[in-house]
This record gives sequence, C-alpha cells and structure tokens, in this order.
Amino acid sequence: MIKVEHVSKNFGKTHAVNDVSLTINKGDIISLIGPSGSGKSTLLRCIHGLEKIDGGAIYLDGEKMDPSDKVKYRKQRARMGFVFQHFNLFPNMTVLENCTLAQIQVLGKSKEEAEQTANEYLQKVGLQEKKDSYPNNLSGGQKQRVAIARALCMAPDMMLFDEPTSALDPEMIKEVLDVMKDLGTQGMTMIVVTHEMGFARKVGNRVVFLDQGEIVEEATSEQFFSNPQSDRAKDFLSKVMYD
Amino acid sequence: MFKAFDKVFTLENILYMGKGALMALCIAAVALTCGLILGTLGATGRNSRHVIPRTIANLYVTIIRGTPLLLQILMIFSVIPSIYTAITGKVLRIDPILIGMIALSINSGAYQTELIRSGINGVDKGQWEACETLGLSSWKTMKLVILPQAFKRIVPPLISEFITLIKDSSLISCIGAVELLKSAQVLGADYFEVMSPYLLAAIFYLIMTIVVSMIGAKIEKRLAVSD
Ligand SMILES: Nc1ncnc2c1ncn2[C@@H]1O[C@H](COP(=O)(O)OP(=O)(O)OP(=O)(O)O)[C@@H](O)[C@H]1O
Ligand SMILES: [Mg+2]
Repeated sequence: MIKVEHVSKNFGKTHAVNDVSLTINKGDIISLIGPSGSGKSTLLRCIHGLEKIDGGAIYLDGEKMDPSDKVKYRKQRARMGFVFQHFNLFPNMTVLENCTLAQIQVLGKSKEEAEQTANEYLQKVGLQEKKDSYPNNLSGGQKQRVAIARALCMAPDMMLFDEPTSALDPEMIKEVLDVMKDLGTQGMTMIVVTHEMGFARKVGNRVVFLDQGEIVEEATSEQFFSNPQSDRAKDFLSKVMYD
Repeated sequence: MFKAFDKVFTLENILYMGKGALMALCIAAVALTCGLILGTLGATGRNSRHVIPRTIANLYVTIIRGTPLLLQILMIFSVIPSIYTAITGKVLRIDPILIGMIALSINSGAYQTELIRSGINGVDKGQWEACETLGLSSWKTMKLVILPQAFKRIVPPLISEFITLIKDSSLISCIGAVELLKSAQVLGADYFEVMSPYLLAAIFYLIMTIVVSMIGAKIEKRLAVSD
C-alpha cells in the first residue's frame, strides 16, 4: 500500500536518509530498528510528509504523494495516523477535547458524533474514565494511549509510531505495547520505530534494519532475530539483546 | 522645600490629581489594547513566510525600539497635523491626549510584537506537528492550539508592559496633554512650588503600579493552577 522509492533526505551535509526503497503491504507491521542517528525517525517522518524529501518518491496505493497537489496530498496524509515519542497532546484541552478537535475541525463532524467516536477509542485504549482529565494529570503511559486514541479517531488506515515507548517509565511500556498489539491483531497496517526488540519480534512481521541512513537488512522478524545476515545487524543485536 | 505643602494637600487638589491619574490609566489601557492588536499583526508579520510582511514588521520593530519614545511622541505630534494640512489645506487641532494615545500605542505595539512572537515561538514545535498529522490547517492550529498556550506565557510580560505604559504616559505631558504629571505641574504653577505636587504625583503613580502588579500576581497564580 506504501511504496518508498529511492527516497533521500539531507540535513545540511548529513545524509539522514540515503536512497531508501521499501514496500509496505496492507496489514504489515514493520519494525524500523537501528542505532541512534541511523535515520529511523527521519524516514518515518518523510513517509508522513513531516519532512520534505530531497529525492525519490513515495506512492500510496500506486499514487504519488506530491505536496504541490494540495487537495490530494492532504487526503493521502489523512490516511496515516502518527504517534510521537513525546505524545504531543494539547495541554490546554481535556482528553476528550484532544480526541474531538480534529474530528470537528477537519472532518466536519458534529460535537456529539465526534464525542461518540472519541469515547469508543478511549474505551479501546482503556481510558474512558479519564476523558475529562487534562494531559498533565496523566501518567506517561496514559498520555501515549490517549495520543493513539486521538490518531485513531481520524480513522486512518495505517499508523506510524516514532518510538512510542521511549519516553516512558519501564512499568508503563507494556500497557502501550498491548494497545498497539491489539491494533495489529485487528489488521491495522503499522510502521513502528522501536527499541523494543520483544515487540519487534513477537508483534511485528517484518524488520527493516537501518544504519547511517540506509537499509542494511530487511527480513521477517523471525529470520532477523534468529539469523541476522549482515555484520552490522549482528553487531547491533549483540548490543541490544540481553541473553 | 515643601513650602506650600498644606495648601497643596487639600481634598480639591487631590481630586484634581486623581483625575490626572485616571487619565494616565486610561491612556495606558488604550495603548495596551491597541498595542496588542499591532503586536499580534507584527508577530504574524515577523513569523510570516513571505518577505514583504516580514520586512515591514522588522522595520517597524527596529525603528520603534531603536528610537526614544519622547522623540516619537514629538514627531507624531507634529507629523499628523502637517499631513492633514497638506492633504486638506485646513489646520487640524487634535487633542494632545489622542496624539499621546496614538504614539504610545505604536510604541507599545513594537514591544508587544516581540513579546507575542516569543510567546508563540515558545510553544513546543511538537504541537504544530501533532496538528499537522491530524490535518488541521495552520490557521486553525494557530487559533485553537498555539495561541491559547502562548497566551499564558504572554500575560505576565503584558502586565509589566502595562506598568511601563502607566509610567511612560507621563512623557506626553510635554505635548500639553493633561495627564497625571501635567496636573502636578499645573498645581505647581498655581502655588509656586513644585515639590509637593510632584510628591503627590509620585504617590499616585506608585499606587497604580503597585495595584496593577498585585492584580498581575493574582492572574499569574490562577494561570499557573490550570497547568
Ligand atoms: N531537524 C534536523 N536537523 C538537522 N539534523 C537532523 C534533524 N533531524 C535529524 N537530523 C540528523 O539526521 C540523522 C538521522 O536522525 P534521526 O533522528 O532520523 O535518527 P534516529 O534513527 O531516529 O535516531 P534516534 O534513535 O536517536 O531517534 C542524525 O544524524 C541526526 O542528527
Ligand atoms: Mg528517532
């Protein structure tokens, strides 16, 4: 459903993403892994259009994503939800308002309709009783679950996650991963930048290993973790896996 | 030094000075409000992607902040009537209070431009990105997400700006506007002694600035609670 073709992105002299090609099919759960600074976030942000690409092209169901075709581009982007490492919830709004704002302002739903949808997804992430709280009164894990619900309210057909659990205390990681796992079980297409190797292995079906802006290895999760091919992937796994 | 002390400190004179103090407060309030509008426009201009509004806003801020307020007041005082005369051929007589309000508004607008801009830029970039991924236009993002958060950061410096304006309103006495300082000078002339009226004016300025900063502290506390 997404085709990334020879995409490059530079920051000054840094080649953050360098000639990356990648195909993501419907229902895929792709784990983007790699050392710090390898370009995982940048690649994910390029796919959503948060970063303008310097070269190559991205296709959504065969149609090129072209920022100059504003109307179409906006519709294409609306099909992707994005979850940030630092949640980026709106601190001046309640949990419920966080979830309804864009539904009302972008999708043109009525307040009642939007709240109904929001309640549905808040229930899904187990936070319906927190709907009138403000984000600053929630734990990190709860914030991230709200952020996921907020993205889901826009009815995307794929979800992009940029290290959704990296800013969380260890005891809160699981509650967020569980929500993501449920999403995957229900058939959501997901691209997840993560350092959670357990999640990549058990929930993800494919792994894309990046280093220095390039895809070094791409394999099914099972293959990647049991039998990595490249030296760099072996080296990386020996550093992050404790066993 | 205070030869006419008992003659100056009569109820009648205190009421007269009180009227001047109210005028100062009124001038400061008008300048703060008009300055807020100019400052919002200026901040929008300075953050604009387009060169022309950015250049205009930059020029505005640089010129106003780089020249003395007193000079600005004097220039506006002479420029506006002469432009009017040049266009209509008639002589214009405007209340110096009005000129003072215009000058202080323009001046405050430049300072508020910077203040509003730093309030807006102080909102986490992630807020913009979250809105972008949810499909909100940049105008709606500004209005519904950024400005409400920026407002909290802007209020405390706005209160200090108001205090500055109350004090700076005294400068327009030089174009004959009867505000608080001018009232003191008028009394001084009446009694051939300036120290007592000046002392009275100082007390009025102090009361106003202290009350405003106390109200400001209350507002700040209330804003902090909702965080
Ligand atoms: N906005 C930016 N401006 C300049 N350089 C950037 C910017 N964003 C990323 N980079 C650089 O691009 C490279 C890739 O960064 P990126 O954030 O994509 O890495 P990452 O794999 O997500 O790392 P991490 O695991 O630390 O999040 C790094 O060298 C980084 O310093
Ligand atoms: Mg990253």
